[in-house]
Amino acid sequence: MKALVIATLGLLPLAGSALAEEGPFASQVEARQGIMRYYAVNIGTLGAMAKGEAPYDAAAAKVAADALAGGASLDTSMLWPKGSDKDAHPGTAALPALWADGADVGGKAKQLRDAAAAMQAAAPAGLDQLRGAMKGVGDACAACHKDFRAES
Amino acid sequence: MRKSGIALLGLIALTAAAAWVLTAPAAPVPEARIAALTPDARHGEQVFLAGGCASCHLAPGATVEGPPILSGGQAFPSDFGTFIAPNISNDPVAGIGVWSARELANAMLHGVSPEGRHYYPAFPYASYARTSLRDVVDLRAYLATLPASSQPSGAHQLGFPFTLRRGIGIWKLLYLNPDWVVDGPLTPEETRGRYLVEGLGHCGECHTPRTPLGGMERSHWLGGAPSPDGKGRTPNLTPGQLKWSAPEIVEYLTTGFTPDYDTAGGHMAAVVANFAELPDADRAAVAAYLKKVPAVAPAPAVP
Ligand code: HEC
Ligand code: HEC
Ligand code: HEC
Repeated sequence: MKALVIATLGLLPLAGSALAEEGPFASQVEARQGIMRYYAVNIGTLGAMAKGEAPYDAAAAKVAADALAGGASLDTSMLWPKGSDKDAHPGTAALPALWADGADVGGKAKQLRDAAAAMQAAAPAGLDQLRGAMKGVGDACAACHKDFRAES
Repeated sequence: MRKSGIALLGLIALTAAAAWVLTAPAAPVPEARIAALTPDARHGEQVFLAGGCASCHLAPGATVEGPPILSGGQAFPSDFGTFIAPNISNDPVAGIGVWSARELANAMLHGVSPEGRHYYPAFPYASYARTSLRDVVDLRAYLATLPASSQPSGAHQLGFPFTLRRGIGIWKLLYLNPDWVVDGPLTPEETRGRYLVEGLGHCGECHTPRTPLGGMERSHWLGGAPSPDGKGRTPNLTPGQLKWSAPEIVEYLTTGFTPDYDTAGGHMAAVVANFAELPDADRAAVAAYLKKVPAVAPAPAVP
C-alpha cells in the first residue's frame, strides 16, 4: 500500500506536465508563460548589475531594458483565450478573475509598460538610475500577479 | 484541531485554581519610562511599516493610497476560530484615538488591553513584545496622524473554551517570552536585523511552526510552517534551506524579485512592500541576521 502510494505520488508531477502539454489551450499557455520568462531573463541581466553580481555595463543594460519594454508592448491578447484559466487547465496559474467583468488587466499591462519605459531611460544612464528603476518594475509585475495569478 | 482543543480544555481545568491567580492580566509598563521619551511621529511611520500593522488592520480588500485608514474588519481563520482585526484608527470611540502611549505599550509588549483584559495572540504581540519603548512611543505619535474611521470593530467568531480570555493567561505563561531567540555574539548590523525579524517584522509568526496550542516552536525558529489558511507552507529561511545570498535577500525585500526574477507572492508581497520603504541599512540588517539563525532541517514530506 505504502509503496503504491509512493509510486503514485512519483507519477503525479509527470501526469501534471503531460496534461499541461495536451490541455485545450496548450500552445497559448506555453507562449504566455514564455513571455513571462522573457521578462524574467532580461530583468535578470539588470538585477545582476543592481545587486553587484555583475559589473555595470551600460550597453548590456540597454539591450535588456529595450527587450523588456519590447516584450511589454507586444499584443498578447490572443494568448489569453477565455476558458484558459487554472480551473479549466492544469498547466496554468492564471486565475478566472482575469476574465471577470471589470478586471483591470489593461491597467496592469500599462503599469508594466510605464515601468519598463522608465527602466529604458534609466538603465543606460548609470547604475544608481538602474537601481532606482528596479522597484517600479517589481511593483508592476507583482500587482498583476496578486490579482490574476494563483499562489504556488 | 480537535485534539488541541481537548488539550487546552484539559490544561485549563487542571490548572484552573492556580491559574486564576497566575493569569490575571498585569499592565506593567511604568508611566515614568514613557514620560522620559520624546515622540517622533516620522520615525513612528517606519515602526508602523516594519510592524506591518496595515496588513491586518486595513479594511478587507483595501489598498493604500495616501494615509492608511485602519478601520479593521479582516478575518483571520485559525484552529481556534476566526479572529476579526479591530478598528485601530484615530477615532476616539470606534478606534484607539484616546489611547495613551502607555496603553499601546501594554497592548504590544504584554498583550493587555486598557481595561486589563488579555488579547488573543492572533495580534502578534508574542513578537512585538521585543519592541523598544521608544519605538512604541513613536508609533503612537504616528498613529495619531492617521484618519479616523467610525466603523465599529467586529466580534471574533470563537468556540468555547477559546471565548474565555482568561485562558490566554496560560498561553502567555507558556509562550510569551520576549527573550531573543538567537542569542550570542552578534555584530551591530546582525543585532538590528534580529530586532526587526524577531520583533516588529514578526517574521516568525508565519515562518516558524507552532505547537498544538499555537505557540511558536523556538527550537524550529524560521524553519517554515504550514500556512494558517491551509494552503501550502511558508519557506524555511534558515541557512542551508534558504540558499540565497545576502544581496539576493536584500533585492527580494527591496523589489520583490526572487533570484530567478519571479515575484514575491501571497502574504509575503505585503511584507516586501513595507520593507521596501525602510532604509537600505534595515534590509541589509535582516539579510545579515538570517545568515546567523541556527539551521533547521526541512520538514519531512507529508506522505
Ligand atoms: C498583466 C498581468 C501580468 C504582468 C504585468 C506580469 N505578469 Fe507574470 N504572470 C501573469 C499571469 C496571469 C501568470 C500565470 C500564467 C500562466 O500560468 O498561464 C504569470 C506567470 C509568470 C511567471 C511564471 C511563468 C511560468 O513558466 O509558469 C513568471 C516567471 C512571471 N509571470 C514573471 C513576471 C515578471 C518578471 C513580470 C514583470 C516584468 C510579470 N510577470 C508581469 C500575469 C502578469
Ligand atoms: C497578524 C495580524 C495583525 C497584525 C500584523 C497586527 N495586528 Fe493588531 N490586532 C490583531 C487582532 C486579531 C487583534 C484583536 C485581538 C483581540 O481581540 O484579542 C488586534 C488588536 C490590536 C489592538 C487592540 C485594539 C482594541 O480595540 O483593543 C491594537 C491597539 C493593535 N492591534 C495595534 C496593532 C499595531 C500597532 C500593529 C503593528 C505594530 C498591529 N496591531 C499589527 C491583528 C493584527
Ligand atoms: C504574513 C505571513 C508572513 C510574514 C509576516 C513574513 N513572511 Fe516571508 N513569506 C511568507 C510566504 C507566504 C512566503 C512565500 C511567498 C511566495 O510564495 O512567493 C514567504 C517567503 C519569504 C522569503 C522567500 C523564501 C523562498 O525560499 O522563496 C523570504 C526570504 C522571506 N519570506 C523572508 C521574510 C522575512 C525576513 C520576514 C519578516 C520581515 C517575513 N518573511 C515575514 C509569509 C510571511
